[in-house]
Amino acid sequence: MNNGVINIVIAGLGGQGVLKAAGIVADVAFRSGRDVKQSELHGMSQRGGSVSSDVRFGKEVFSPMVPAGEADYLVVVAPDQIEVNRHQLRSGGILIAPDAVDPAKLTNKKSFNVALLGVLSQHLEFPEAVWLEAIGAAFPDKLHAANLQAFALGRKTV
Amino acid sequence: MTTTHRLLLSGNEAVALAALNAGVALGTGYPGTPSTEILENFSKIGGRAQWAPNEKVALEVALGVAFAGARAVATMKHVGLNVAADPLFTAAYTGVIGALIVVSADDPGLTSSQNEQDNRRYAVAAGVPMMEPSDAQEAYDFTLAAVEISERWHLPVLLRMTTRVCHSKSVVLPTRTISPPPTPRFERDVKSLVMIPSNAKPAHRRLRKKLAEISQWNESSPLNRDRPGDTTLGIIASGVAYLHAREAAPRASFLKLGMTHPLPPEKIRAFAAGVNRCLVIEEGDPYLAEAIRAAGVKVESQPEMYRFGELSVARVRRILAGDTSPEPAPVPGKPPQLCPGCSHRNVFEALHKLDCIVAGDIGCYTLGVLPPFEAMDSCVCMGASIGVGLGLRHVLPPEQARRVVSVIGDSTFVHSGITGLVEMVYNPPPTGHVVLILDNSTTAMTGHQEHPGTGRTLEHEPTGKVSFEDLGRSLGLKNVFVSDPSGDPIKFAQLVQACLANQQLNLIIARRPCLLIAGKIKEYERAANQPCTAALDEPE
Repeated sequence: MNNGVINIVIAGLGGQGVLKAAGIVADVAFRSGRDVKQSELHGMSQRGGSVSSDVRFGKEVFSPMVPAGEADYLVVVAPDQIEVNRHQLRSGGILIAPDAVDPAKLTNKKSFNVALLGVLSQHLEFPEAVWLEAIGAAFPDKLHAANLQAFALGRKTV
Repeated sequence: MTTTHRLLLSGNEAVALAALNAGVALGTGYPGTPSTEILENFSKIGGRAQWAPNEKVALEVALGVAFAGARAVATMKHVGLNVAADPLFTAAYTGVIGALIVVSADDPGLTSSQNEQDNRRYAVAAGVPMMEPSDAQEAYDFTLAAVEISERWHLPVLLRMTTRVCHSKSVVLPTRTISPPPTPRFERDVKSLVMIPSNAKPAHRRLRKKLAEISQWNESSPLNRDRPGDTTLGIIASGVAYLHAREAAPRASFLKLGMTHPLPPEKIRAFAAGVNRCLVIEEGDPYLAEAIRAAGVKVESQPEMYRFGELSVARVRRILAGDTSPEPAPVPGKPPQLCPGCSHRNVFEALHKLDCIVAGDIGCYTLGVLPPFEAMDSCVCMGASIGVGLGLRHVLPPEQARRVVSVIGDSTFVHSGITGLVEMVYNPPPTGHVVLILDNSTTAMTGHQEHPGTGRTLEHEPTGKVSFEDLGRSLGLKNVFVSDPSGDPIKFAQLVQACLANQQLNLIIARRPCLLIAGKIKEYERAANQPCTAALDEPE
């Protein structure tokens, strides 16, 4: 495979925490000593439009963007964004769709993005402790409990 | 490898950190995607940062800082440099005493812009050195190198970033160091700093001499890197295009150019001579390919179709294969739209119902062009709504002219709308005119930055506030109205209708804070009203 580089695309709509989720994945890889690149686009997309962010990690990463058709994992936060992004997946790549987690079981519905990271985490080789550190660093204290609950919920689903 | 100083930063964060570590005395700019976070981060980590009313003022303030011998950074998006071009060109003549770094964040692919101009052309046109980082590490290293080059040759340096470099995070080892900044002091040097023709003529010659020296220095500069590989294919690249190309052609030989103006022609000639096929891969205009060919070096450039939009690994693979077949159309995503409950919605509903001809402007409200409103008929550049609206009014038949309105946001009005308002007073159209300032009390589009109309600094602290209604009245406008379009949409629509009918000059300020920031604004105001007690109440 591509120099051992793992490619992840996270997609959804503006306001769903797509960039936040991608930042957490990148931080987990970074804390684990990998070379890592995360690419994201701000701007007009903030007004409720499609948003996606690429995370790549491995021994040495060149381009910050996941080439189309080469994503190992596609995490989609909004149901209507699955088809828009499906072309990103390589053949045999894994789709983590929003129906992987039941939002009714979340303490805080805004933590849905982190719940999907819980699902993703089962496929990656990083220890749970590093995920918890990265989630802790990504949110203010008052949101920790809800996000850790969401992550645990997703991590149990696989 | 030591991990103690390892950081994961965006290109923008890396520029901010380098500016701090270089002892930059002042960072100034105007918000614009993808450049905005540089100053926000510079402020957050302890640097002194300010929003200017527009990029021209920002560059002039930064120039003053550099005239005083200190180090300055001015940040802007690519189109911002059009506004700041006037001081840039002559600052190349005057030169600087301290360092002046001009960050131009280009937007190939138009993520959030009205054009995809390639600002590398500005470095050539103005005659300033230019560096192109490809990732956050280089954004850090090149910012420091730019300070050194600026101080060594006493010239402004253009740090040319692109969307992917600004907004991609990668690992940074901030190990490079730089000499401490000099203490600011003024030394009179009229021949250098006062550009009357008799001083500017020798200044132009001085500039060309400096550029020739820098080109010579660049021949062996550590900013450019040779990466030997298979000699059947040699690739010359700069910026993020280099990273795409490394991935697409892992075995090729590379000449990676970090300083792309003035170029090192002999280095390029030697590289091209050492490979069978030499190809230039670049995002945007064929700037490098043209310059290299003009230097008499034979290189291939990419087909014209790859000039449009961003490059990617897939597109570079196509370039390498000589593939000019049509590219697969991107799957359309969900377009952005005006937020539910946004007061701009009420404005555009009214303009749509009144069948207005709308000269629009740059901001969230440009989305008023989309269904269901479809209430915008032009959008060109910051501030153009007023001039374009007046031009339409001047020549259209009266029944059409009477329907023309200019729509401009609050931050955009401060940036480039004030001179348009002066024009309206000075050259009024026969049917009068209606200017609508959509005042949502923030620079919403770029992520809610303050501006002179909010009365708060970049750090949300209270400062002098420009009142649009007072400004309008001081220009002699009789009809100045302030109205909340969401508070009473019907009354607002009636006000617009009455202004369209009165054949006079009208300024309507449609005022309602952006929903996304209204809560924060109340917090800033509360903090401003009780600063002393709040500070005293802090424990310890």
